[in-house]
Amino acid sequence: MSKMNLTRRGVIKTGAIAGAGLAMPTYLSAQTQSGYTNAPNGDTVTLGFNVPQSGPYADEGADELRAFELAVEHLNGEGDGGMLSTFSSKVLDGTGILGKKVAYVSGDTQTKSDAARASAKSMIEKDGAIMISGGSSSGVAVAVQGLCQEAGVVFMAGLTHSNDTTGKDKKANGFRHFFNAYMSAAALAPVLKQLYGSDRAAYHLTADYTWGWTQQESIQAATEALGWTTVNNVLTPLAATDFSAYITPVLNSGADVLVLNHYGGNMVNSLTNAVQFGLRDKQVNGKNFEIIVPLYSELMAKGAGANIKGIVGSQNWDWKVESQMGARYTGTNAFVQSFGNKYGFPPSQAAQTCYAQTLLYADAAARAGTFNPCAIGEALAGFEFDGLGNGPTLYRADDHQCFKDVLVVKGAENPEDEFHLVEIVEVTPTEQVTYAPDHPMFAGGALGACNPGA
Amino acid sequence: MDAIILQILNGLDKGSAYALIALGLTLIFGTLGVVNFAHGALFMIGSFCAVTLQRILSISFQTVDPSKTDFLGNPSTFDTPYVVHWFGAEVGNGIIDWSVPLAIFFAIPIMIAIGFIMERGLIKHFYKRPHADQILVTFGLAIVLQEVIKYYYGANPIQTGAPEMFRGSFDFGTLLGFDPNVIIYPYWRLVYFGFAAVIISAVFAFLQFTTFGMVVRAGMADRETVGLLGINIDKRFTIMFGLAAAVAGLAGVMYAPINAPNYHMGMDFLVLSFVVVVVGGMGSLPGAVLAGFLLGILESFASMTQIIDLIPGINQIIIYVVAIIVLLTRPRGLMGRKGVMEE
Amino acid sequence: MFAIEKKDTTLLLIVAVLTMCAPFILNPFPTDSAMAQFNAGYPDLMQRFVIFGIFAIGFNILFGLTGYLSFGHAAFLGVGSYSAVWMFKLLSMNVIPAIILSVIVAGVFALIIGFVSLRRSGIYFSILTLAFAQMSFALAYSVLTPITNGETGLQLSLNDPRILGTSVSADGGIPVTSLFGLEMRSTYEMHVGPWLFQFNAGYYLCALLMLLAFYISIRIFRSPFGLMLRAVKSNQQRMSYTGLNARPYTLAAFVISGMYAGLAGGLLAAMDPLAGAERMQWTASGEVVLMTILGGAGTLIGPVLGAGFIKYFENIFSKINDNVLHSWFSFLPDGLEDLMVTLVHPFVGKGWSLTLGLMFMAVVIFLPGGLVQGGQKIGKLFRRKKAAGHRSSTATKPAE
Repeated sequence: MSKMNLTRRGVIKTGAIAGAGLAMPTYLSAQTQSGYTNAPNGDTVTLGFNVPQSGPYADEGADELRAFELAVEHLNGEGDGGMLSTFSSKVLDGTGILGKKVAYVSGDTQTKSDAARASAKSMIEKDGAIMISGGSSSGVAVAVQGLCQEAGVVFMAGLTHSNDTTGKDKKANGFRHFFNAYMSAAALAPVLKQLYGSDRAAYHLTADYTWGWTQQESIQAATEALGWTTVNNVLTPLAATDFSAYITPVLNSGADVLVLNHYGGNMVNSLTNAVQFGLRDKQVNGKNFEIIVPLYSELMAKGAGANIKGIVGSQNWDWKVESQMGARYTGTNAFVQSFGNKYGFPPSQAAQTCYAQTLLYADAAARAGTFNPCAIGEALAGFEFDGLGNGPTLYRADDHQCFKDVLVVKGAENPEDEFHLVEIVEVTPTEQVTYAPDHPMFAGGALGACNPGA
Repeated sequence: MDAIILQILNGLDKGSAYALIALGLTLIFGTLGVVNFAHGALFMIGSFCAVTLQRILSISFQTVDPSKTDFLGNPSTFDTPYVVHWFGAEVGNGIIDWSVPLAIFFAIPIMIAIGFIMERGLIKHFYKRPHADQILVTFGLAIVLQEVIKYYYGANPIQTGAPEMFRGSFDFGTLLGFDPNVIIYPYWRLVYFGFAAVIISAVFAFLQFTTFGMVVRAGMADRETVGLLGINIDKRFTIMFGLAAAVAGLAGVMYAPINAPNYHMGMDFLVLSFVVVVVGGMGSLPGAVLAGFLLGILESFASMTQIIDLIPGINQIIIYVVAIIVLLTRPRGLMGRKGVMEE
Repeated sequence: MFAIEKKDTTLLLIVAVLTMCAPFILNPFPTDSAMAQFNAGYPDLMQRFVIFGIFAIGFNILFGLTGYLSFGHAAFLGVGSYSAVWMFKLLSMNVIPAIILSVIVAGVFALIIGFVSLRRSGIYFSILTLAFAQMSFALAYSVLTPITNGETGLQLSLNDPRILGTSVSADGGIPVTSLFGLEMRSTYEMHVGPWLFQFNAGYYLCALLMLLAFYISIRIFRSPFGLMLRAVKSNQQRMSYTGLNARPYTLAAFVISGMYAGLAGGLLAAMDPLAGAERMQWTASGEVVLMTILGGAGTLIGPVLGAGFIKYFENIFSKINDNVLHSWFSFLPDGLEDLMVTLVHPFVGKGWSLTLGLMFMAVVIFLPGGLVQGGQKIGKLFRRKKAAGHRSSTATKPAE
């Protein structure tokens, strides 16, 4: 019998103590000795993959889970090794992490903060997961990140695009590889200027919740800096399925650009409606009317079908980026090969970010020599790496956000098959999307101290 | 003025969908006394009939094209639908293009069959059970139906376009003497509204002018007496259920091009259609139709910028606000009859 | 004992023993075995069992006794959670003021909504409550974000004032919820051979409150007030002919059950200080309706069983992935193993809702009285074996 009291302790930096904990007989909980939550004390280490399996993002969640499974395979030395061979850090050798075989548990976030936290808690309390990753919405990411901070495990965010995740809601135990709304706006702005000129009037339709607001704010700021004006910003209910009532006022508003700050099913429906109402064929102020969807994914492009043709947006990554944009994005082809051979289709950007996050976590643990979340946090903070498909990348220490190139994409006019719905227009280099850690859109939060749990 | 006409048009369209679903729901309520939480799922299955027919028509054989490679570097293949192979490119692609309207004929037998199976296999045993049990069993059924669809079709919306000729939009304003390009409206939405009007009229005519309809209406009013008269009301109720399922299904088929079908669209409509039925008044078919259009139009108006600026968030809650006002001022909804579902 | 009948005392004692020993009962499988997947004895899920048990018990006071089917009860749970989190943000991390406030606020909320909604009966009442709850949800998700933090849910932060406590704990983190210093998350772990049992402070607080809630509900069921409520259900018209006004009674029942929901919401926040808007969505209201009917509406213990049943499926079945399936069937020859995995696959993991839907249908078809009836059937089977004649049942009979 041993007593475990989950009070917060100070940061105990203890590779050595962890080692001692590992030597304990397995029936004794090593937690108190190791100084951090869920210290692995067998020959396996358990990761928790918390992805949406029901609700509108279930397909995206399924793709994330595929990527996680692949990453675990590669970490354990099975399969072709994927991006392990291209990753700039060479600590991982296919023998698991720190000699422990990687096991995983999966759960359903339902894309609800409550359910996601319950699922993550069960992974931590019941399965002894030492890291939680995944998710397909910013609300969930922020909620689970908060939980991981309290419980003293590492959170490696999946697909989350809101500025808040590494802005006002940032946490010491949380890390984001995916890009954010500010970066989307910064990457899109020069391309928009080039494509549509600097004299445009934009009308925003924005999903009425935090992610929508941060994206709208970012895009508005970036486009107004180009000289565009903002005619109106209308908030649409998340539950809306028919956007006609929001689309029709655009017709006579004098706007010549429509920005859809929607994601998932909302975006598919609002874009479909906009195209139905003939916005694409319209001429306003002597210019072609244009529609912009700042963030979209392959799955959404598929859902939108022909309506996505020619629509400009941004992506964190695309499976074609290495073959089209050169060897700077090395790792992409290796990942696409190994994912495609296993599942029969190329990976989505959600899959790539989850795969990369798993590798980055494993690598940080291997470099730190311990699973202590604080040591891992130190290993990740300020870490510069390459070869995970996004080009040279920095995990910034100030806010635990990755800085890397951002892809500006467009719906393909004549896709050769269902995997080529999106084509890459341009890659905006890292410098242009980098911002100061105290940028007003990200202000108001603090990382706080790292929490290793008990 | 133009903005108001536009929002009325939008509302008519949304209202058509609400009215069609609510019509079936209130028929089942009224005739069978069953609270059917699976009714939204029937709407969803209707939409997926369109998706399925499109997939069936697009069944293809693969030909290897050695000149190109796929994303893994293997020689790529291209698909030729059998209908194109059989009937030539023009006719074949034309058939695929028309898959949504064609799905009407595909959906009617399927939906009626589903309705029959549901009624005979499940609902029949719940006529005498409390409403709570009916809710539980039909809710369970709704979950099962939508999970089955999710298993086969995934959770992502599936774009199912209208035929090419209906894809554009039509300048409605010029007809009314407005400037061009002020009031434009998609063709398919006009088709949808017309279709809804036809279906609603057909259902009313059927109930009003046929002996079958007369018996059913009598059954709605007083089931016991009709039974005592020696009329086999059960058999007619089964047919009624099939009819209600078909109406919901057809509403779904034609809705597919407006919003890409996804597996949980039924749940999105379920709550709204209950509100519509109750606002219209329990047991009243005209009430359901009226409430459907009323709520659809009010919802559109509430989405106007000027109104949102006036009352922030009103677009989120308008339906519920109207429901509360109606129910507080008119105890049985707009056209409800006394004593139906009040205990 | 406790001023209740012997039969009810027995039931209360059984429930007490079950909840107190839950960490053992819910963890029947050794930690390393393949069946450990089915263990539910970890703090978070045990807390949810009893919290949603409280919610369902409260709901049953309204629905089971009066027959009024509220489709908006989740709104009270939601406001309970929000008030509790606000107490943690503003006052202190002690759970007592938070829970008290959440019950009061939910009660006031229920009084207002109940006063309006109870002007109608039957399905008109249901839709009115639904409308109020959906309005609360939609507003909490969007325009009320300054109060509710919208999509993300209301969370604690390092900048909160917490006038009676500390904004930041000694080690730089957000302080944790506690009962006069006893941290809600502190857990005593007991290793017995290959088994691991977890005794969590928060769980026991919730369990004690559930027993209290259960006891009060027994008292209500057996009181003249309860009898009056049943009269409302069986024949409201006859009741009004005798000169009795049913409204005050139903309103009282509505407010009481709203306070139960607020207590549940407050406890949810006390165990995990986050309040999400989706707690108020109609699906959440629907869930408590399902819990109650599934367990057996109008019975004392039924709602608790129903709550446990649904939460078990949601939390346990969703976590069974193909990897787990392969490990279960690994003893079979390869072909057979894959076949079994393929067969089971649609019902677990992302298919958990399918299984839940099928269970709903199975229960309502085969056990018209809910899970309680299933329990009674099993109980009868036993008794027939032991001795015939004596018919007193530990499970309660439905209200009607």
